[in-house]
Amino acid sequence: MSESMANARPATACGEAPRPPEGAHVATREQLAHWTRSLDCIHCGLCLSSCPTYQVTGRENASPRGRIYLMRAVAEGRLEPDASYTQALDECLVCRNCETACPSGVRFGELMEFARDEEKKRVPPRGLAGFVERIAFRHVLPKRRVLGALLGTLRLYQRSGVQTLVRKSGLLRRLAPQLAAREALLPVIPSRRERAPLLERYPAHGERRATVGFLTGCVMHPLMPEVHRATIRVLNDQGFDVVVPPSQGCCGALHFHFGHADEGKELARANLRAFLREPLDAIVNNSAGCGAAMKEYPHQLEGEEARRFSSLVRDVSEFLVERGLRPIAPGPKLRVAYDEPCHLIHAQKISAAPKQLLRAIPGVELIPFDGQESCCGAAGIYNLVQPTLADAILSPKIAAIAKVRPDVVVTGNPGCLMQIKNGLAAAGLAIPVKHPIELVP
Amino acid sequence: MSDPLVRALQELLGPQRVLATRGELLVYECDGLTQFKSAPRCAVLPHSTEDVQAILHLLHRERTPFVARGAGTGLSGGAIAQRDAVLIELSRMKQILEIDPVDRIARVEVGVVNAELSKAVKPYGLFYAPDPSSQTACTLGGNAAENSGGPHCLKYGNTTRHMLALEVVLPDGTRETLGDPFAGSAGYDLRGLFIGSEGTLGIATEITVRLCPQPESVVTLLAAFETLDAACRAVSDLIARGVQASAIEILDQRTIDAVESSVFRAGYPRNAGAVLLVELDGPAIETAEDAERVEAIARANHAILLQRAADEEQRMKLWKGRKGAFGAMGRVAPDLYVQDAVVPRTRLPEVVRGIGEICDKYRLRLANVFHAGEGNLHPNIAYDGTRAEEVERVHEAGREIFELCISVGGSLSGEHGIGLEKREFMHLLYSPEDLATFCRVREAFDPLRLANPEKVLPVHACLELRSALPSGERGTR
Repeated sequence: MSESMANARPATACGEAPRPPEGAHVATREQLAHWTRSLDCIHCGLCLSSCPTYQVTGRENASPRGRIYLMRAVAEGRLEPDASYTQALDECLVCRNCETACPSGVRFGELMEFARDEEKKRVPPRGLAGFVERIAFRHVLPKRRVLGALLGTLRLYQRSGVQTLVRKSGLLRRLAPQLAAREALLPVIPSRRERAPLLERYPAHGERRATVGFLTGCVMHPLMPEVHRATIRVLNDQGFDVVVPPSQGCCGALHFHFGHADEGKELARANLRAFLREPLDAIVNNSAGCGAAMKEYPHQLEGEEARRFSSLVRDVSEFLVERGLRPIAPGPKLRVAYDEPCHLIHAQKISAAPKQLLRAIPGVELIPFDGQESCCGAAGIYNLVQPTLADAILSPKIAAIAKVRPDVVVTGNPGCLMQIKNGLAAAGLAIPVKHPIELVP
Repeated sequence: MSDPLVRALQELLGPQRVLATRGELLVYECDGLTQFKSAPRCAVLPHSTEDVQAILHLLHRERTPFVARGAGTGLSGGAIAQRDAVLIELSRMKQILEIDPVDRIARVEVGVVNAELSKAVKPYGLFYAPDPSSQTACTLGGNAAENSGGPHCLKYGNTTRHMLALEVVLPDGTRETLGDPFAGSAGYDLRGLFIGSEGTLGIATEITVRLCPQPESVVTLLAAFETLDAACRAVSDLIARGVQASAIEILDQRTIDAVESSVFRAGYPRNAGAVLLVELDGPAIETAEDAERVEAIARANHAILLQRAADEEQRMKLWKGRKGAFGAMGRVAPDLYVQDAVVPRTRLPEVVRGIGEICDKYRLRLANVFHAGEGNLHPNIAYDGTRAEEVERVHEAGREIFELCISVGGSLSGEHGIGLEKREFMHLLYSPEDLATFCRVREAFDPLRLANPEKVLPVHACLELRSALPSGERGTR
């Protein structure tokens, strides 16, 4: 069970359950549950300084406390949702840093996901942006073949020289600067051979200690196949059989975060079916965002299966440290800066394990830096939809990394990995960014 | 956007830094105290002293009231915009301008968060002493307005002892420097007057603070007692025997429960009726000796458990639990009313008992967590603000608690300020003549009464004063 579930307030402490005031829009059971949870916030404000968007804007409606206040006002019928309400919801990274700062145990991530879902149902996104969003969430992320075709096209765009032309000419920058900013975030797409599907089973080396399922996710496999290969290699070396169920799909994290809960639930159900088919000792993943979402499937789906599934989910570093590491062969001498992904440290409360794993590699020296635990601004696709805020949130982190000059930066989430890579490149710093598991020789 | 004032402010600051829609403003209708709600006419985000000057100059011309706000963690309603006031959000002014480790001073903008300053000066072996429980969020500007305290102010003194000079903008937009980081005080101590004036005299924009050297050794002790009463008696004994602690704090059973269920769980024993946290700092030889005295006094008062923090990590944990206590109360009920009365420390046991009886009488859930060493009580009353009848009972109990504290020679506020919350009780403490004197002080800085209207002083007190003034003196400087 996730930490936030374990932290739920004692049921008996409040006496009678609070009642929504007259005129509240709290009709369904779900709405009532979320309204009641919003009351856990007593407006103390300790979350403010933990919030990256509050730090940057100084606006109360860009803070966790302010956002909860608005959600509650809408639920209670005191506020007609307006454009500034939608903006207040959209600006949130759902980094959940505030949950680590909150003495009252407010389950902010859940509240925000629910509010966004309600808002998307009330005003479906319109125009070109809405169309692109619907296509992406319904037809691209969940469908491996469509995603593959799209990435193939993008690779063609990069390899054929069109990209070079577009970037050199500066045409896009002049015609559509917003689009150009996003185009600049495009990672180099690996070749079709590198993107080839994984096998269904990879046997342990040496004595077998357990059998684990492995989540490949949506964009991570085609965009960073090397991270998946390294993960499987290390798991095998450490004595674990790795099973890759072919019928698995996207974890649904982005859908939940961005107000497409129905599609997210469908993806979650598909993963329950794919992974619970055979007995597994754990379901391992190497993406903080996916791991957090899968550990929280019971918030989205009712029933024993979701609880069983989530109890098996482990981040790869968490899993290896929990099981005890076999000795690791020495690697090259490296000064390593570890960036803590929000969905590991705040959503999953995992901070020690990845560092323990890194320290177990002979030759690795961990270099602390300022803001190691703060958000990088990637937040799923946040850097695509809120580029200005995302940049402002990223820049102090890049400056802090530049100050300590590590040989390599590591972080356990694909979004953060790309975001920091882009930030370093834009600052003209030739520091590679990798997943921690890639450093294990 | 039809409000001409909003348009004028937008012209001054640019549209991004003026908030004017209902959705943007609703979040400013209250601060850490949620009983009172009033949304501002609009909110502005200045970036500099010059911005603040320009804003106040405009508002003065338009005869429009204003209220300054830092992080909005105050507990007396000081940052609530009454009378359709313009809210001046100072959170963007958060530069640490200068750290001088030799003279042990720092110059900061008012939006700097309290704990950020201590973090920044730590490498020099220094710290900023006042440490309100909200220190990870509250701003130094807010601390100046409220003359904030904190557990360690027992030894180090409240904010006013640590702010040496202020750059302020007066309600007509003029800029003044109050105090001096080096010279003593020649003439009236206007700096001292300004600190704790709760935003009613003007807006501070820059502060020069004193920094303290980190002590050679720190010992943190936890003593658990079967009853709250026993813990209070131990505190009275500590004071009577002259133990010089840097902090003496008490948490009762309900508070322990809330904290131990939170992310700030500190390892307080859940079976105790109350825990006492005592911190000693100074030369190692002294703290070691004092620690033994504290333990002996705790034992004499039947402590059921005595512990010393083994290392810095455990020490931080004990303090984080204490400082998260207010927020952790969200687990008990949706709303919380925190009081801030001060009583003579020798009267602690009887007053704490009396407060318990008052809350029992009104059938209210009470949790106590307070700066026992200073006699600064924080009875926390947990309630559900959606039930009007329960809110009424909270008000009644609040009044009785104040009356009790004042009857034993106490005061209304130790560190949270009077704000909106306690102004109706000011007459319990002050005569009409006293209040009229306060009004004259206020009028000297702010004759138009634009700065944080309706705070601190009961409205009628000053209305009486105004009607007594010859008409020519009204509204001019």
